[in-house]
Amino acid sequence: MSETIVIIGAGHAGGQAATTLRQKGFEGRIIMIGDEPYVPYERPPLSKALLAGDIEVERTYLKKPNWYEDKDVELRTNTRATSVDPAAKSVTLDDGAVLSYDKLLLATGTRVRTLDLPGADLDNIFYLRAIDDTFAIKDRLTPSSRLVIVGGGYIGLEVAAVAVKMGCTVTVVEGLDRVMSRVVCPEVSAFYNDVHTQAGVDIKTGMGVSAFEGNGKVEKVVCADGNAFDADIVVIGVGVVPNVELAEECGLVVDNGIVVDEFAATSDPSIWAAGDCTNHPNSLLGRRLRLESVQNAVDQAKTAVGSMLGEPKEYAEVPWFWSDQYDLKLQIVGLSEPGDEVVVRGDPADRKFSIIYLRDGVFTAINTINNVKDFMASKKIIAAGRKIDPALLADAETPLKEL
Amino acid sequence: MAKIHITNREGVESEIEGEIGISVMENLRDNDYELEAICGGQCSCATCHIYIDDAWTEKTGERSDEETELLEELECMQPGSRLSCQIEFTEDLDGLKLVVAPDE
Repeated sequence: MSETIVIIGAGHAGGQAATTLRQKGFEGRIIMIGDEPYVPYERPPLSKALLAGDIEVERTYLKKPNWYEDKDVELRTNTRATSVDPAAKSVTLDDGAVLSYDKLLLATGTRVRTLDLPGADLDNIFYLRAIDDTFAIKDRLTPSSRLVIVGGGYIGLEVAAVAVKMGCTVTVVEGLDRVMSRVVCPEVSAFYNDVHTQAGVDIKTGMGVSAFEGNGKVEKVVCADGNAFDADIVVIGVGVVPNVELAEECGLVVDNGIVVDEFAATSDPSIWAAGDCTNHPNSLLGRRLRLESVQNAVDQAKTAVGSMLGEPKEYAEVPWFWSDQYDLKLQIVGLSEPGDEVVVRGDPADRKFSIIYLRDGVFTAINTINNVKDFMASKKIIAAGRKIDPALLADAETPLKEL
Repeated sequence: MAKIHITNREGVESEIEGEIGISVMENLRDNDYELEAICGGQCSCATCHIYIDDAWTEKTGERSDEETELLEELECMQPGSRLSCQIEFTEDLDGLKLVVAPDE
């Protein structure tokens, strides 16, 4: 009898899982549940090329819409799974349908962290996670818009770069003392702060937003210290939280994400999980972690599919991320921590340099700015956990792969 | 319609009808060739590496410096190496022959 695999979630991980299942010759039934009206798509362009209007929405699709029909993948869009019954091996959907599965993949991803502040329900306050969010923001941005962005992370700064280029008046309000503080060192934060300031973005750090004011529509963003900024539009980018409720309610182990092993298996033998929603071990890093990244979603989905099809292969990849702002390609390999020794490689004034993070002398992470060579070479060094003399690393003339 | 002639990672040859106006990477991805193309076509990750047949290297154009830098860090770079996201598929490329490079 043919097997049924149900995939909850139609993001990068869900989309990759369906693709890999068919590529590996799985001939059973595949049902994919997605709560958006779109086929699985690339999320990174949402705060960049799609917002800027440089590409049409179809260019974000991971596969053309007819692929799902051609490959006999039943994609149910605009649909949400409301519960999972692991004993009966079934999933209930918000349209009342009950689907039986032999194997289940949870690729539920994350949702935006929301700010529960006075005035947060005023019109023209947006979050950015899905295509329709991008369209809603794009529809309202005009060159005369005053845009206030709450949160100086990737999303906030990418939106700032696009909007200031459109001619908008852009203010970024960040609660901590520097931008992107969660992911880069003070040197890189300072560099990006300067770049944005030179482009015309007003960056305010160390200011916590306390309320939004306006009459129907937002007009003002108010900070706890009394500062206030006029706004026609507000975009909030203050991180995401993993969608773990389905897993939790059906009794799976959850701890900052759905807990899986190195094969993407959950605590239920018929359920696997992949992507942003998982708390997974990584033997290269020597610890458990939850990642918000395309690379992790894609690679872990492949691992999950391998396990589902009886070809388990350990998931252990060095994580990597990127952010495009203006002409700057920021790429990050590995995970840095406060307290790491920082080595500057090249001159930030050239807009092409790298920052290397050493922990107990071991090359642990790198940020490369317009420096794809270092990005590529560092993946192997970090995977190998090598110690390299900081003086050698600081010499930008010597290629990393020769060290 | 214009065709693309592809040799996959297992050495199996096949031909697809290419869509004009999108990248070679998108054409390969839409047709389930095993490219990761994680960065989505930003010339950032080198996970859409292909080898262009000698007869087609001129028509597919020059590599940018950035593309060359990415390719040079790969172990299996060859003279015909390209990142398929950096080649727009056009009528002129009807009959393009390529090989999907190994996953690194």
